[in-house]
Amino acid sequence: MTWELLRETLLLEQHNTRLPVLGVAFLGATAGLVGSFLLLRKQSLLGDALSHATLPGIGIAFAVMSIMGFSGKNLPGLLVGATITGLLGVLLVLAIRKTTRLKDDAAMGIVLSVFFGLGVAILKMVERIPGQSAAGLDGFIYGKTASMVWSDFILITVILVVTTAVTIAILKELTLLCFDASFASVQGWPTLWLDIILMALVTSVTVVGLQAVGLILIIAFLITPPTAARFWTNRLGWMLLLSATIGAISGWLGVSISALYSNLPAGAIIVISAAIIFLFSMIFGTARGVLPRYLRHLQLKRKVGRQHLLRSTYEILENSQKNKPLKNLPISMELLRKHRFWSKGELLTLIRQARSEDHIERQPSGELRLSESGFGEASRITRNHRLWELYLIKYADIAPSHVDRDADMVEHLLGAEIVHQLEAELDLSKPTIDSPHTIEPTELGLQSEPTT
Amino acid sequence: MSWNANDFYIILVGGLCAMACALPGIFLLLRRMSMMGDAISHAVLPGLAIAFLISESRANIWMFLGAAIAGILTALFTQWIIRFGKVERGAAMGIVFTTLFAIGLVLIRKAADHVDLDAGCVLYGALEYTPLNMVTLFENERSFLAVPRAALIIGATLIFNALIIVLFYKEFKLAAFDPGLAEAQGFRPQLMHYLLMTMVAVTTVAAFEAVGSIIVIAMLIVPPATAFLLTRNLPSLIIVSLILAVLSAVLGQIASHLPPLLGFPDTTSSGMMATTAGFLFLLAWLFGPEGLIKKQSKQLEAPNFDCAD
Repeated sequence: MTWELLRETLLLEQHNTRLPVLGVAFLGATAGLVGSFLLLRKQSLLGDALSHATLPGIGIAFAVMSIMGFSGKNLPGLLVGATITGLLGVLLVLAIRKTTRLKDDAAMGIVLSVFFGLGVAILKMVERIPGQSAAGLDGFIYGKTASMVWSDFILITVILVVTTAVTIAILKELTLLCFDASFASVQGWPTLWLDIILMALVTSVTVVGLQAVGLILIIAFLITPPTAARFWTNRLGWMLLLSATIGAISGWLGVSISALYSNLPAGAIIVISAAIIFLFSMIFGTARGVLPRYLRHLQLKRKVGRQHLLRSTYEILENSQKNKPLKNLPISMELLRKHRFWSKGELLTLIRQARSEDHIERQPSGELRLSESGFGEASRITRNHRLWELYLIKYADIAPSHVDRDADMVEHLLGAEIVHQLEAELDLSKPTIDSPHTIEPTELGLQSEPTT
Repeated sequence: MSWNANDFYIILVGGLCAMACALPGIFLLLRRMSMMGDAISHAVLPGLAIAFLISESRANIWMFLGAAIAGILTALFTQWIIRFGKVERGAAMGIVFTTLFAIGLVLIRKAADHVDLDAGCVLYGALEYTPLNMVTLFENERSFLAVPRAALIIGATLIFNALIIVLFYKEFKLAAFDPGLAEAQGFRPQLMHYLLMTMVAVTTVAAFEAVGSIIVIAMLIVPPATAFLLTRNLPSLIIVSLILAVLSAVLGQIASHLPPLLGFPDTTSSGMMATTAGFLFLLAWLFGPEGLIKKQSKQLEAPNFDCAD
């Protein structure tokens, strides 16, 4: 029975939940869009200061409308009041930051707490204005999604459409502002005004959201979807799209689920839905998620280890035989271990990996021998390493005795294209290159090259 | 104006609370984490709710513990999201505290079916009602001394905060100004960070019950920030912050009696104390030694290249 109801609510077949579900989903999408810029501008908590700063405006608007003889709870009137003090609060944050030694966090905290305190004081006062019932004004603190009526819905939709349109119209300018504000201002863009326009966009989303999810939880709508989206992509366009989608989905899910239970506050369920999406994104997000990043790190570590193993083997072969071309002879593990100061465990792991890739074979005697493909790979890697060393010696003025260490870190990232460039730059195209720094063969035949 | 003994008690509780908050607030300000106070004061809600659901009563050690744990978890989760997710601090904080607050709201709504607890009363408290709940400290035939119960709780918190700051003054100072050096000297700034978070959480909880979160958030941030504009060394920063905190409470209570004089309805003490703190900040901002007015007049003066003193 409940499942049936949930399905109907989600698919908008329920008449009394259709408006809130649609309205809040749309709000989530717009908040996700605008919030992305707030996140990239590193100003996420400004939404927090702003939403708290709207409270005195609501109280004052109520008082003014009551005194002038209108209904104190006219929604457009309240929203105008909220917008005015909200913007005033944000401007104060910018002003405090600009004219004092106080930092962002303090500026936001001051505005947030003082405006909120003032707001509560004013609400308390207007509650006692005779002849008007202010009951329900505190709904703006926690939101009252379910009470959305047709006229509210139209108002919200119009404001959100305008906000989205403006955002898309100045997409290029906002992008510039977020990624390089000082460049933008040098180029002659009015960055202060762009900042103020961005704040105005955030204000309009916040003010609309007050009604739907409340002033504390609207902050989540501005922050969580963009942060979640950031884990999946490094491209702004995709991030905006994804963030808007995540916002819409959390709104849609949140309102639908809360409609099923009589005492679940919609705002809270929306925030929890968004938080679950955030958690999932943080772990699995393909671009910056924790798990993919860890796997990439592991992969790089394996690659580096494999290349070091192959190069070491090749260098040992080189040192132990004078005549060219090099013969692929078996070498002992002990020799290899001393060459790079690997621990036994490290080396065994590396060898296991190299064997699984068919680069190294184990002889019946226990010695190791490069396979056909491993030998080719080893000579290629060693050649790249030396190309880079030569380049550093020639162009970066690094002493030949120190160059090995520097090359050691970068060689793994040399792609085919860079290798070609290096060859052209150094005028080298021989298939093998001798090491540019002296190798001192000891009586064991191993080199004492300074390695990591 | 109706001024009576209740006003004295309200000022007493409000002033103690303001001082108790200003102490950790100074170090939050110096570590550029002022918004953490706001975050923690919202995020303790689920801790309160869970403790309440378990113990079935308000105002006891469980509530205190639950909220303190929730406060520390906020700091911990925020740190994790910053570290593992590479998310900017503000955003991480925003996500954590809104989520915890939402969970708290749901829990409280669930609990509200059978007990009297709502988010409003947790968040806003009622400073006005503190004189109704008095504790007699001392009594004999001729006289007796009674104070509001809230004054005792918040007074204890103030002493706790003062004690921690006196004990770890050097460590806090170093961790606030140069975490890198603190780390190198073996002072463990991370530990100081969590100690500070615990102080904020404990203060928040102690104040919640009596006066609501508005005063907490405002007094954590505004008096230290105001003092920051007036002075430049740590000991005087602490003293000026405490003075401003008390001043906000006293003037705030007086201000709460003003609207009726002008023909408006009465208003709340806590809201007006926060507003007064903001007003004092405005004064310091405009007229302080580095204030806007001074800057303006400096610009008007002839350029002065004498750098002596």
